[in-house]
Amino acid sequence: MEALGLVNYWAFIFLMMVGFYILISQGNLIKKLVGLNLFQTSVFILYISMGKVRGGTAPILTEGDPVYSNPLPHVLILTAIVVGVATLALGLSLVVRIHETYSTVEEDEIHNLDRAEVEGEVGSLDVSRVDARA
Amino acid sequence: MTAHLPVLQVVIPLLAATLCAVARRGRIAWGIALATSWTAFWIAIQLLARVQAEGPISYALGGWAAPVGIEYRIDLVSAFVLVIVTAIGAVVTPYALKSVEREIDTTQIPLFYAAFLLCLTGLLGIAVTGDVFNVFVFLEISSLSAYSLIALGQDRRALTAAFQYLIMGSIGATFIVIGIGMMYVMTGTLNMADLSVLLAELGPNRTIAVAFGFLTVGISLKLALFPLHLWLPNAYTYAPSAVTAFIASTATKVAVYMLLRFFFTVFGVVFSFNVMRLNIVLLVLALLAIFSMSLVAIFQTNVKRMLAYSSVAQIGYMILGISLASVTGLTAGILHLFNHAMIKGSLFMAMGCVMYRVGSVEIEAMRGLGKKMPWTMAAFVAGGFSLIGLPFTVGFISKWYLILGAVERDAWPVAGLVLITSLMAVVYIWRVVEAAYFQEAPGDGASGVGAIEGSREPIVEAPLALLIPTWALIVANFYFGTDATFTVELAESAARTLFGLVP
Repeated sequence: MEALGLVNYWAFIFLMMVGFYILISQGNLIKKLVGLNLFQTSVFILYISMGKVRGGTAPILTEGDPVYSNPLPHVLILTAIVVGVATLALGLSLVVRIHETYSTVEEDEIHNLDRAEVEGEVGSLDVSRVDARA
Repeated sequence: MTAHLPVLQVVIPLLAATLCAVARRGRIAWGIALATSWTAFWIAIQLLARVQAEGPISYALGGWAAPVGIEYRIDLVSAFVLVIVTAIGAVVTPYALKSVEREIDTTQIPLFYAAFLLCLTGLLGIAVTGDVFNVFVFLEISSLSAYSLIALGQDRRALTAAFQYLIMGSIGATFIVIGIGMMYVMTGTLNMADLSVLLAELGPNRTIAVAFGFLTVGISLKLALFPLHLWLPNAYTYAPSAVTAFIASTATKVAVYMLLRFFFTVFGVVFSFNVMRLNIVLLVLALLAIFSMSLVAIFQTNVKRMLAYSSVAQIGYMILGISLASVTGLTAGILHLFNHAMIKGSLFMAMGCVMYRVGSVEIEAMRGLGKKMPWTMAAFVAGGFSLIGLPFTVGFISKWYLILGAVERDAWPVAGLVLITSLMAVVYIWRVVEAAYFQEAPGDGASGVGAIEGSREPIVEAPLALLIPTWALIVANFYFGTDATFTVELAESAARTLFGLVP
């Protein structure tokens, strides 16, 4: 029964682990970002759950003396959501730039291209770009 | 006016960043950034003087008293960190003008300064705030702008370096938020002073122990503690020169400050070191970092990458000082915070000068530079002396106190290792010196150096606009190395404050 009452926290841990696993296991940069976002979002559930009071309402002053949920964690999470959106946007724009210069978003292919560049040490960026396309 | 200095410290760079973003021309944005960074430096000095004279400053944001409102709280440690960060900012901004014009697209320069000031805002914010969630927000402001600054590097690998940093940095930040959330669940407050009281009343508790773990890992990721440093070498190597000089000497330092803040102020010395035994973990990781990263640095062919690995080792020294869990050890750690900022700042700025003229920072490209760029290479050698820790440099002062702290704890092997790794620093600095002074310059373009436009012209000394800021830091290296009373006294009273002793 106690385990059921903590269902939100189980969801938090499950989502966090899923996101973290995707982040580590995937070589595709976009999928990595998906994992990262899931990982960050899971924390929102943790915060929102802890602010909830059973039977509590939204913290708006009304007649009588109702029980309020704690609004502070919810407000904190608004900030964290903004941070998450900014991180995702920056991450995706980096992926766009990476795709423009490497023509791939697969991590191991990028490593191979970099290694080829180092081995063929031409020193010049422009030449290596030609190499990459070939 | 002066009553509002704590908040102005953060708000001025924040507003100036938006001005930079709308500025059309790079030089105008640079002017704004220059004025801002020097103003911030002035404010930091004022704050430090006030803290020294009157004790900690508490500032209620928007007039909402703590613990309900957000409190800005400045004590000796944070004032010291503020001075370090703003001083480096004030030196790097004049340097950035020429360096950035050479390395970054003209259209992106105003945005570069906007991101630069945002990064400064975030770093200063972490130092002034007394609210744990606020720390997270400022941390993300500084990190997100740092990712974009790094991505501005010329080499395409800068993009992947920035992406890698983004992934690891975000994991670290998320861990920190989880830790903060757990502390909030148990105590219902986010104010640091309040938290420390309530956590002490709560006593040992599994949730708090888990929160402690999350925070340790999260902060360690941000400060690049071995083995969580993987994002750092690439980020430092491929970022534009001015960015490397700034981030290398400030970002990790502020992360170390966060570590001090959480483990000394919030959790308390007894919980962190006696209950959780953090000092043992930190000691082992610090020693591994110092030894393995100094070894790796020896085998690098790119000087910026070499200095990056050396940075991870130097962070090890700071953490080593903290892990000794004594006033002397902590003094050494805080002292090295300041000293390493000057050492690495000047070394990376010297490399920026080389980048400006030669277009490459491979050791091979340094051949014969001792004759062609005498002032630049002299600055590098002087900075190198300081990194090694020769007498009359700040590096010596740091190591002196570190060894003193180790001996005080009867940790002779630790003291020995500090000396051995100093010799390893001699080896990797020597490799550059040898190339610069004892090898002939390559024939024109034969080795393939000179990748960037304009480097076909003969290599001459770097412009004064780059040399003066570099030498300003070098002079500081020797000044504070010869007369260390100011920094040592400050670090010592900061350490005492953290241990809760009377300053």
